[in-house]
Amino acid sequence: MGFLIKFMQNKSKRRTILPGFGLSLGYTMMYLGLVVIVPLSMLFFKTSSMGFSAFWEATTAPRTLASYKLSFGVSFLSALINAFFGFIVAWVLVRYEFPFKKIINVLIDLPFALPTAVAGIALATLYSPSGWIGQFFEKVGIQSAYSPLGIVIALTFIGLPFVVRTVQPVLESIEMELEEAAASLGANRWQTFRSVLFPVLFPSLLTGFTLAFSRALGEYGSVVFISGNMPFKTEIPPLLIMTKLEQYDYEGAAAIAIVMLLASLVLLLTINLLNRHVSRRVNDELA
Amino acid sequence: MMNLLKITRTKTESRFVQGLLIGVALFYLFLLLFLPIFLILVSALKKGFPMYVQALRDPETWVAIKLSLLVAIVAVPLNVIFGLFAAWAITKYAFRGKSLLLALIDLPLSISPVISGMIFVLLFGANGFLASFLAAHNIRVIFAVPGIILATLFVTFPYVAREVIPVMKAQGKDEEEAAMTLGANGFQIFTKVTLPNIRWGLFYGVVLCNARAMGEFGAVSVVSGHIRGVTTTLPLHVEILYNEYAFAAAFSVASLFIGLALFTLVLKHIVGFRLKREGLK
Repeated sequence: MGFLIKFMQNKSKRRTILPGFGLSLGYTMMYLGLVVIVPLSMLFFKTSSMGFSAFWEATTAPRTLASYKLSFGVSFLSALINAFFGFIVAWVLVRYEFPFKKIINVLIDLPFALPTAVAGIALATLYSPSGWIGQFFEKVGIQSAYSPLGIVIALTFIGLPFVVRTVQPVLESIEMELEEAAASLGANRWQTFRSVLFPVLFPSLLTGFTLAFSRALGEYGSVVFISGNMPFKTEIPPLLIMTKLEQYDYEGAAAIAIVMLLASLVLLLTINLLNRHVSRRVNDELA
Repeated sequence: MMNLLKITRTKTESRFVQGLLIGVALFYLFLLLFLPIFLILVSALKKGFPMYVQALRDPETWVAIKLSLLVAIVAVPLNVIFGLFAAWAITKYAFRGKSLLLALIDLPLSISPVISGMIFVLLFGANGFLASFLAAHNIRVIFAVPGIILATLFVTFPYVAREVIPVMKAQGKDEEEAAMTLGANGFQIFTKVTLPNIRWGLFYGVVLCNARAMGEFGAVSVVSGHIRGVTTTLPLHVEILYNEYAFAAAFSVASLFIGLALFTLVLKHIVGFRLKREGLK
């Protein structure tokens, strides 16, 4: 540890006289190691002990593949819905005036602050065949709860703040001069939006989409109540992990988890590569 | 003149488009956000206020509330201490691997709650890495309170650090260095100079971390084992009530979380406003 801290100490830059470098960094790394790194490394430890064929079998079993496919599809769809409507919400909040705007702006973050189980039971009740909204779906012969559609609804709820909170600050920072210039050059409103505003906003929209997508892939609490959890139909990977843990199949659970983890890490990396600037800003905003 | 008129007109959308977009946005938010909240409050009070109070005064609910408070009381201070140390190290010094450290601090945010719980099962569970050691010393971690606390620690790990780091960074280190040259020691600098400067960011970090600690469901669900009256935190209690078709009671308990969430969000905006005014954001 001492050696590591010595190594990390950067002597080339101007050094500060403030005390506590070794103590603060040492404590930070010790705590990070104990709470995050060691427990997380168990995942790799467990899968590395199971051998390749067992790993392959656990991750490519038909039931597992079906759950990956479902998860990917519903997460993508819900992120897409949020990209479209979230963009409109952000636009409306920044550009227009309407009653209760301030309160609505505060409430956008509710899906972050509410326990997922609470969201889950509310949505399941709302969209069940006898629920306030579910009954209308029922009338036209669509099953909303206990179907993939129900999962999409839950994931859309969970991902709602991401696109709004990524697009909003960028939209706020756009100078009016840009649009005025476009207008003075004879562009109509739609042309201005399409060729001037949208290209500026697109990176933040894409970042918000990716954040919502990545969050949806791992979501558990809000989905479990509304999905019905039927293997091959509405079973998502986190649920499959739960089932395997209950059967004490730790290796199988760890194998599925590793695939999920790698998927979210790839997405995380994509976000960073897509737009360093936007994602940093959003991280500050969302926290 | 004609041109000027045209410019002002094309600077914003027609009233019709404005109305349409506002309508679409509000309809979307109403359907997805406001209706579920409304449903929780209506369902909680469906059988009248006395029943609502009774549901909250149920002994099992009380046990769940106490456990959730206990988890928060242990997890939040530990993450606060970490957050302050991490922010100090990251914002006051230049060192190798800083961006990697920042990425690692954010890591728990991008991990599925179920995985966050299962890693502790792999470590402390019946077939886990430390199983024989724990059995020999008769220590229970999984399906017991320590496991719940550990999983909560993992999930809420980044929140305080993420709130404090940007605020401390914006403050710079001139004031601390001035105090240093005036002969203050490290502890004095931290408590007398740094802490007052970051108090709002820290305060919101604590509240957010607390809301997450009390509300965590997925990770805690994996390690808890749902032993009634022993390892059921408040969100797990909501789940149990719901699964037993005690809907009114489930929504009554859920309404507590609406209150906690609203408190957290309002505070977030007040703190954000203050930080903006102090020029820190």
